Amino acid sequence: MKKIINDAEQIVTEMLDGFVLAYPNEVKRLPDTTVVTRKDSPIDNKVGIVSGGGSGHEPAHAGYIGKGMLDAAVAGEVFTSPTPDQVLEAIKAVDGGAGVFLVIKNYTGDVMNFDMAAEMAEAEGIQVEKIVVNDDVAVGDSSSTEGRRGIAGTVFVHKIAGAKAEAGGSLEEVKAAAEKVVANVRSFGVALSPSIMPASGRPSFELENGEMEIGIGIHGEPGIERKKLGSADEIASELTNRVIEDAGLKDSDEAAVMVNGLGATSEMELYIVNRKVQAILQEKGIKTHKTFVGEYMTSMEMAGCSVTLLKLDSELKELLDEPSEAPSFRA
Amino acid sequence: MKFDVNHALTWITKANEKIQDNKDYLTSLDQAIGDGDHGINMSRGFKETVAKLSENDYVTVSDVWKDAAMTLMSKVGGASGPLFGTAFLKMSMASKGEEAIDYPIFIKAVEEAVEGVKQRGKATEGEKTMIDVWSPVVKKLQEASDFNAELIRDTAKTAMEATSDLVATKGRAAYLKERSKGHLDPGSVSSYYIFDALADSLEEGA
Ligand SMILES: Nc1ncnc2c1ncn2[C@@H]1O[C@H](COP(=O)(O)OP(=O)(O)OP(=O)(O)O)[C@@H](O)[C@H]1O
Ligand SMILES: [Mg+2]
Repeated sequence: MKKIINDAEQIVTEMLDGFVLAYPNEVKRLPDTTVVTRKDSPIDNKVGIVSGGGSGHEPAHAGYIGKGMLDAAVAGEVFTSPTPDQVLEAIKAVDGGAGVFLVIKNYTGDVMNFDMAAEMAEAEGIQVEKIVVNDDVAVGDSSSTEGRRGIAGTVFVHKIAGAKAEAGGSLEEVKAAAEKVVANVRSFGVALSPSIMPASGRPSFELENGEMEIGIGIHGEPGIERKKLGSADEIASELTNRVIEDAGLKDSDEAAVMVNGLGATSEMELYIVNRKVQAILQEKGIKTHKTFVGEYMTSMEMAGCSVTLLKLDSELKELLDEPSEAPSFRA
Repeated sequence: MKFDVNHALTWITKANEKIQDNKDYLTSLDQAIGDGDHGINMSRGFKETVAKLSENDYVTVSDVWKDAAMTLMSKVGGASGPLFGTAFLKMSMASKGEEAIDYPIFIKAVEEAVEGVKQRGKATEGEKTMIDVWSPVVKKLQEASDFNAELIRDTAKTAMEATSDLVATKGRAAYLKERSKGHLDPGSVSSYYIFDALADSLEEGA
């Protein structure tokens, strides 16, 4: 393992320290927790937006804290859901009287820990609503299994729910906007190399040289197909076509596009992928409203990328275009 | 025989030893069909639980289980943290007020633990989760008329080994579908260590 760290057991807390020091006027850390909030939290009569999950997905989730996006982010250990007590602290810290909205990615651990925190907060008299994001088309959405996972599309949920709350939306309205995003956002990813777990020094999965795994999640969960590494155009086509199909995007629809790097893939490669993504969209008559290329939801040093498409209507377009002051999502 | 505070403390201490000894093994099981954090999660959580329990003098078994539950819930993380936390919390609630608990209350406590885990995880038997160890153990406890260390250990071991044949439909392993077959379920293996430790505590006596 080759990582710039001090102590594997301290990485989450040391990362959060460094994050807060980078944005001292924008965010603060709740003492003795792994919770980071807006500096001006709680904001009176604004719905508080809380997201979070395992660490290792930076800039998610703390990078999305800021006016127009999240009020707080809760960090778990690497690839491990944060615990209910931590999520509860975040909820309490951002409750300005209008209730708190939780953005949860669809993983068993995250759902259970956030649910427990929501129950505890409700017992303390705080109104809580939530959304479970499941944009990854790689895993089937069948009720007999865990359903689809939440990956990069979560960033659009942060953006839209955050904008709605900033505009004075009620808890119900924020929830409705977030539900609309989840209904219309789909992602699909590919990995070229695994990430290395800091605590064990071992890779999260094995992949032969010259191979790629299609449909991998953001933790190195097994994908749906392992095959010979393709060209950027081949990869972009495979990912984009599958997402278009699953999202039900058709001629004259409008979409937001995200080409997300998983951690070790250069921006250069991401732009090459985006070139083909846009060509496919154009060919199909799908209009790109806005494009985001970069690292939004990573998997430590995993190489690879994901393509996310969000089908837009006028409300979603408006909310997407609202300003955001989050360090990792300036709009 | 009654299950008293010393049994309860020995149980957790022994469980911690087994989990620490097998931390890497648990992690490698989770690497095969999950995300490779189970050993790390369990090791962190049980270490903290033992530390927490050493801070206090306990009068009731229920209070030992309550502190264990709260520490597991806040230190393990992942899917197993809330589940093991719920199990111990339900046992604590079912045995409230008694300094030492007799066999019928012990059975009731473990029954409610299993019900709690099922509810929290929205899972049932046969989905390749820790329930596939907890549930058979409860059934054997119900059939017996008194504490029986051997019975608990053997039942848990057999049940744990049987998870290899199951296809996962809950937890991260569910993403693998058929490919999850042929691997032990990590949470079932750590549950076996927990019941093995319970058997140890019964054998050692108070
Ligand atoms: N829905 C469920 N019901 C009961 N037990 C479950 C469920 N989901 C997972 N488990 C158990 O939890 C074990 C995995 O625990 P682990 O600590 O590795 O959590 P995790 O799934 O990796 O969590 P996270 O997604 O936050 O990383 C599984 O082996 C299984 O026994
Ligand atoms: Mg795991």
